[in-house]
Amino acid sequence: MLPTTFGPWLDYTINGLVIGNIYALLAVGLALIFGVSHLINFAHGSVYMVGAYIGWLCVTKLALPLPVTFVTVAAGCGLLGAVIERVGLRPLRNAPRIAPLLATIGLSVVLDQSAQLLFSPDPRALPTQLPTWRIAIGGGSIGALDLLIAGVGIGSAGLLYGFLRFTKLGWAVRATALDRDAAQQCGVDVDKVNRTVFAIASALGGVSGLLVGMYYNTIDPNMGFQAGLKGIVAQLIGGVGNVPGAIAGSLLLGLIESYGIALFGTSYRNLFAFVALILILVLRPNGLFARARRLPPEPLTGTFIAPSRPLVLPKWAVWTLAALALALPLVVQQPYLLQTLGNAWLYALLALSLTLVAGTVGQVSLGHAGLLAIGAYASSLLALDAGVPVLLAVPLAGLVAAALGTALVYPAFRLRGHYVSIATLAVGEIVTLVILNWESLTRGPIGVTGIPPLSVAGKPLVSGQWVYWVPLIVLLAFAALQSRLLNSHLGRTLRAIREDDVAARSYGVDLNRYKGLAFAVAGFIAGVGGALMAHFYSYINHETFPAPVSMLALTMVILGGLGNVAGAVLGAAVLVGLPELFRAAAEYRMLIYGVVLLLLIRFRPQGLLGTV
Amino acid sequence: MADQLKNSLPKKPLLEIAGLTRRFGGLTAVNGLSLTVETGELVSIIGPNGAGKTTLFNLISGLDAPDAGAVTFEGGDVTGLSAERLAALGLARSFQHGRVFGNLSVLDNVLVGAHTRLRAVKPQIPLVGPLVELALALIRPPSVRAEEERLRAEATEIVRMFGERLTPRLDKPAHSLSYANRRRVEIARALALHPRLLLLDEPTAGMNPTETAEMLEIIRGLKAGGLTILLIEHKLDLVMQLSDRVVVMDHGARIAEGPPAAVAGDPAVIEAYLGHKAVGAANQDGPNQDGGRDAEGDAARILVAH
Ligand SMILES: Nc1ncnc2c1ncn2[C@@H]1O[C@H](COP(=O)(O)OP(=O)(O)OP(=O)(O)O)[C@@H](O)[C@H]1O
Ligand SMILES: [Mg+2]
Repeated sequence: MLPTTFGPWLDYTINGLVIGNIYALLAVGLALIFGVSHLINFAHGSVYMVGAYIGWLCVTKLALPLPVTFVTVAAGCGLLGAVIERVGLRPLRNAPRIAPLLATIGLSVVLDQSAQLLFSPDPRALPTQLPTWRIAIGGGSIGALDLLIAGVGIGSAGLLYGFLRFTKLGWAVRATALDRDAAQQCGVDVDKVNRTVFAIASALGGVSGLLVGMYYNTIDPNMGFQAGLKGIVAQLIGGVGNVPGAIAGSLLLGLIESYGIALFGTSYRNLFAFVALILILVLRPNGLFARARRLPPEPLTGTFIAPSRPLVLPKWAVWTLAALALALPLVVQQPYLLQTLGNAWLYALLALSLTLVAGTVGQVSLGHAGLLAIGAYASSLLALDAGVPVLLAVPLAGLVAAALGTALVYPAFRLRGHYVSIATLAVGEIVTLVILNWESLTRGPIGVTGIPPLSVAGKPLVSGQWVYWVPLIVLLAFAALQSRLLNSHLGRTLRAIREDDVAARSYGVDLNRYKGLAFAVAGFIAGVGGALMAHFYSYINHETFPAPVSMLALTMVILGGLGNVAGAVLGAAVLVGLPELFRAAAEYRMLIYGVVLLLLIRFRPQGLLGTV
Repeated sequence: MADQLKNSLPKKPLLEIAGLTRRFGGLTAVNGLSLTVETGELVSIIGPNGAGKTTLFNLISGLDAPDAGAVTFEGGDVTGLSAERLAALGLARSFQHGRVFGNLSVLDNVLVGAHTRLRAVKPQIPLVGPLVELALALIRPPSVRAEEERLRAEATEIVRMFGERLTPRLDKPAHSLSYANRRRVEIARALALHPRLLLLDEPTAGMNPTETAEMLEIIRGLKAGGLTILLIEHKLDLVMQLSDRVVVMDHGARIAEGPPAAVAGDPAVIEAYLGHKAVGAANQDGPNQDGGRDAEGDAARILVAH
């Protein structure tokens, strides 16, 4: 398998450096943004995707010459960046720290979905107008496009250096990055600095998208997700906010991926990036190039989560609602309606699980769909391959998801704020990639077919009413358990961690122990939810629980109110039930979720029922 | 018998710090500091802004680790021990800028202070311990319920120490409290831990004279109850009235130590304060807009008056 001659290795090296250059264009922008606003911009990947599409319009529709295409992409994305800063982030400057984090997530959903609606989800070809010659060197070869990418990378780095070093605005950017308040007092217009930085970063990101589109001759509306994540990984390798570090980290990541592919094959490519990410976060959270041991930066005031006065539903109201929900199939018989609501209850299990870790403990997990996947696969495979009765396989799957989920996220327990989100995002991706690649266990890309339905005493529960009742009963049971948990000393302790982990530690709260407990309980609930989904759907594959499902769950949690059990159920009912009942076209749904998320963050951050 | 033996032995200090050092890049925030605190004593640490007082507290309470030096607590070496372990050993602290749990009620804030005393929390066996705790929280057998009731009653009692200021707000979220009330919640929370040693970082920062006087009485009461206290404070009249001993820090090092009256007359101390005052006036911002800077001016005045 291994190439034994020198030539292929040179090719892999060149390929790694080229990819690294592309990541660098993304990572430098992310580092600049982090420098001035202490924000990890999850929407950066979407800007990159927009850049690719603007490029595609220029090349295929307008037939513009290449340099004009580049300028148009940079200008278009620069403008987009300025708009993102102005509309999405500036209004949140004094909001709790969770708000801008969520806003960039919402923005990325909106951008990706808009592109999908405008250009269809199908990939498109983005031909280069470059000549196709290649220079052979030492057994490897370099093409015109490789040289262009290298040129753009080095050229942008040079321009950026000149800008930061020799212009007044560049000086202001550096001053703001050093000490925002001090810069403001010295008369630096911090808003202008932010706008400029977002514009520059987005222009670089857009150009990067264009180059990638040309390199692989294909673009699609979801290309930004992975790329944005790679940019973040590269930036973390170099140390957040460190521009030269981001370039070095990108080249390193490109090489790691390229050599990794050489050794193990293409389908493992992303696995390397995400495993590298977890290793970096755990071993060198300040990046490879940071030297000093430092305390994590601690804001003097302000909490991660907005202050809130939750709406407490009286006990009788909760019981009445539960009874009404249980009695519904006696009155309503349309199978479609019951199935839709049953599906909403299944998603409510996911929301319940996420609201515990993201809401109660304040660990905003972006990989929660991974827990569903683990539960679904565990239960299906236990039932199919180990002959375990479905009724037993479902709770066992919950245990598997609890154990595996906690173990996978464990390395991230020492992280805070944004870093938790990045790590869990990566863990979610790792789960998908392992499912895809571990064919002997999971059947790989084919997926699992013929999953037996849930059955009691030999009678399969597949009719419309059971599809509604089973999830609802499980949901009510878990909701009751979670409420009981929140009313105990554990609820108090978990919420204390969210409010101020430093103070919590000073009062003897062992963070690992309680985060572990929360993730285990959450893993169990989501695992059971995933298992039920598998037995109702009867077919699953690695794409049944994609990353957008995690975003959907997060939107439900925010809509209901962080940590709010009733809120999670309400959020799921509203976001899964309503669009379906109003027959909103399926392709608009994710867009609606993104917009709902953005509006909530801006106008009602505590959600409908309030943070508990 | 055993008691007699104990009494005849030379008394071990409750807290002993030797040569403690912490550097931040080029800056040495705490520089070879040594200090002892006997059981039942109230020792105050004073010094100009940036002297390294809070950093010292972070080192003692395990939130930060020293580059050199040792901390001994109740005769055992606790250098570099984590904050949560130190809390379990009976060390409680308040924070200079206030770190209450905003969305938790006043009562819950105080109850978190009693966290280390909960029996459900005690089993430390990996995996089994947390699962037992989870089971106890869900099942809540009578013993657990009784303990919770007892702690609630006790927490209410502690809050009552602060009189009408806090008691009516027992169920209000802490974020709705005034600044002074949040400081009170912090102290109540610390007391709920049943500390062997209490570290207070500027407990009266941002309080008006009446509130400060109330706080003085509360601290005096705690001291009378036998609690050992290490206090950071800028308001020197309070320090002079309460302290058994005063330690003066500047540039991370101890520049004077002794009974309040002796320290107040020390020329090196006056020099440190007056010298910094001149520097301080040039730079208007800083974390202590809430009176720290004024307090420093007062400090210089009081020192000179003594
Ligand atoms: N995490 C940190 N990183 C870098 N420098 C720090 C850090 N914490 C404190 N310092 C510096 O160490 C020095 C001592 O700070 P410290 O907060 O301990 O002073 P202090 O005596 O408590 O002052 P004040 O009276 O203003 O509270 C200061 O110069 C401060 O800027
Ligand atoms: Mg201080």
